[in-house]
Amino acid sequence: MSSRLKLFVPLGLFVLLAVLLFRGLSLDPQALPSALIDKPLPGFKLPALRTQQTLSDADLVGEPALLNVWATWCISCRVEHPYLQRLADSGVLIYGINYKDDSVAARSWLDSLGDPYRASVVDAEGTLGLDLGVYGAPETYFIDGNGVIRYRHVGVIDERIWTGRLKAVYDALATPADS
Amino acid sequence: MIPELGHFALVIALVMAVALTVVPLWGSWRGNYAAMRLAPTLAAAVTVFCLISFVCLAIAFLQDDFSVKVVASNSNSLLPSIYKFSAVWGNHEGSLLLWVLILSFWLAAVATLSRGLPTVMLARVLSVMGFIGVGFMSFSLFTSNPFERLLPGVPADGNDLNPLLQDPGLIIHPPLLYMGYVGFSVAFAFAVAALMGGRLDAAWARWSRPWTNVAWAFLSLGIMLGSWWAYYELGWGGWWFWDPVENASFMPWLAGTALIHSLAATEKRGLFKSWTVLLAIFAFSLSLLGTFLVRSGVLTSVHAFAADPERGLFILAFLAIVVGGSLTLYAVRAPSVRSRIGFGTVSRESLLLVNNVVFLVATLTVLFGTLFPLLMDALGQGKYSVGAPYFNAVFVPLMACLVPFMGVGPISKWRDDSVYRWRSRMLVPALVVLACGAGFPLLSDQSFNIWVALAVVLAGWLVAGLVQDFRDRNSNSPSLLRSLRRQTPSYWGMVLAHCGFALAIIGVVATSQYNIERDLRMAPGETETLAGYRFEFKETVRLRGANYLADGARFEVYQGDKLISTMLAEKRRYLASGSVMTEAAIDGGLFRDLYIAMGEPVGAGGAWAIRLHYKPMVRWMWLGAIFMGAGGLLTVTDRRYRRQPSRSAVPVGGADVVQA
Repeated sequence: MSSRLKLFVPLGLFVLLAVLLFRGLSLDPQALPSALIDKPLPGFKLPALRTQQTLSDADLVGEPALLNVWATWCISCRVEHPYLQRLADSGVLIYGINYKDDSVAARSWLDSLGDPYRASVVDAEGTLGLDLGVYGAPETYFIDGNGVIRYRHVGVIDERIWTGRLKAVYDALATPADS
Repeated sequence: MIPELGHFALVIALVMAVALTVVPLWGSWRGNYAAMRLAPTLAAAVTVFCLISFVCLAIAFLQDDFSVKVVASNSNSLLPSIYKFSAVWGNHEGSLLLWVLILSFWLAAVATLSRGLPTVMLARVLSVMGFIGVGFMSFSLFTSNPFERLLPGVPADGNDLNPLLQDPGLIIHPPLLYMGYVGFSVAFAFAVAALMGGRLDAAWARWSRPWTNVAWAFLSLGIMLGSWWAYYELGWGGWWFWDPVENASFMPWLAGTALIHSLAATEKRGLFKSWTVLLAIFAFSLSLLGTFLVRSGVLTSVHAFAADPERGLFILAFLAIVVGGSLTLYAVRAPSVRSRIGFGTVSRESLLLVNNVVFLVATLTVLFGTLFPLLMDALGQGKYSVGAPYFNAVFVPLMACLVPFMGVGPISKWRDDSVYRWRSRMLVPALVVLACGAGFPLLSDQSFNIWVALAVVLAGWLVAGLVQDFRDRNSNSPSLLRSLRRQTPSYWGMVLAHCGFALAIIGVVATSQYNIERDLRMAPGETETLAGYRFEFKETVRLRGANYLADGARFEVYQGDKLISTMLAEKRRYLASGSVMTEAAIDGGLFRDLYIAMGEPVGAGGAWAIRLHYKPMVRWMWLGAIFMGAGGLLTVTDRRYRRQPSRSAVPVGGADVVQA
């Protein structure tokens, strides 16, 4: 390669990067890969965080609920936590998936910050996360009374996002379209 | 009325910036000196109107003018005045205006301090910066106008500033960070101007060096403040998260570190010219990329401003023009001939090359990790997240590899040196440092920690190199005082910055390894011992701040029988937004921080969940960054930069190249 051509290498790399970024603009990092929407919750059998029981997918079915993926290493979860607590206090049923985390740290997190979850599933290996297609924490799945995933929200839930979008989704869970 | 004035001033600033881009550049093309000489005046005009615009927005915030949309969404009548002021940049629109304002300050600084530059060069530099100004001012005016009104239907009160941002650290963190980001535009403008003129030489490197050092210094300080803020404001003692937005500020810093070293080789030896130009373009491009990542919503992050694809598209187009344009110019104009200036395999040049390679690899690693989720998503490979494990695994060994070379750097000679000389100079220091490394962890009451030992060896190696160099330089000087005074500010700047790096290594490793934290349920009257400190929970108190109510937990900390400190941790509920914030109590010290954060009330007995931390030497990390920043700033006072006027009269390519 002639030395003049070599000088075009940075430009070429930048063009590739720019194409990637342009593509990124039309992608929603919070969008759900459609695979699991309107599908039942994947089966699992995993320990509970704060009790000795083993939880399975059947335990989470019955009422409309939020399934919140969280971890102590996740800074955004820390930001989200107080709002989840408020939601729980106002009667929203939330289950937690403690994702790829240290259970001791996770328990003390709930002890010190409060526990908005009816129960938290310990997903230390991330197997349930893999089945759900979790790509980071926090992430929240909306499950209707039949255990069917209706919606997925990636990122922090706060007042603005809840009242703006998610509350409607949650309210719709109570009246499933197919009944 | 005032917001309209501000809006109008910004429009005029934009017009001036367009003139600044077009007129002097045209002049430099046609050889029209009158047009070129307009550049400093136009730059001053841009600065004045940007300042007016910014002041108008600040007044709107201070006067609680809730008819202005950003004020209504980001301020509140109860907010203390100082936070009303900092709320100006606590949102996307206002922070963009701050970006523009700081760019205009850099413009004014270059225009006034570079009078000695050849007219053509100065005209081109200001022109390029003017163009960057055009981009950002139009971005502000067309996609995110900070002066937009909410008329009619003015809200009675504002939504309040995010409580996380109601903090002294956040008053100065963004301005410092932007000083750094935007400061790299000066190095960029010099590089582009040099490419336009086709003259890349030692003089060019000498002109852009002080600007680059200052920008780098501000960026170091800005990043440090961000980390410090995360430490005490997020309430759980973490200080770096490899969040995309942190990475966005870290990448220009890494590239900038490579740049300031490569500039040294270019200035002193006329080496690595094309490479240095490329790094200058690279550093500023990464600043722009950071702006894109933060404001376009392509990545998820806690820091990111509200996502908006339209804004993203605008910045991307601007990025394409600036970076694509400058890289094209580089490809066409950069000297492709191999430099005739040679250097030995064992020489200072080689060490600087190692520095450049390591920092470039580090930059690309961080860039790759940051963009990986986006890449996989774009390729349809699903959603991924890249977290601290990846970054730590690649970044820490890279830095560890750098340090052995960095230690030798100061004692090494330009052009040609010998391993034998290095060995004779560094053997004794090396032994001393190894002994210190083995001994230091024994001072701690915990079991011998190999990582701390390694960190002490590495940090000590850096300091040993500096000490040895100082002795070599002054081996024939009669007194220590004389020796101290004989060295230049550039030299002291280097020493400070390298010492800062050593401090940071020790701080990061010691605090990661020796950190103790405990989560407890404590009621008033209870006592807990942690790392030899006895924490007594005295009482809970109710507090009222200007715009919040708080529960406080008062602790007394004893070491033995001696009262060390009284600490008050708080749990605040902000009135306007209802959000709850943890305000940690920190007793800081050079060798350890004690940190208390309040959780939730537990049970009915008045007990609280309490988190206690013992963080040894955590401040060394930030102290290190302050040293680096101070070092960067100090280099600028060097006399050889002030002699610019007479120097630049020498035909370019003069003095320094000859010695090669």
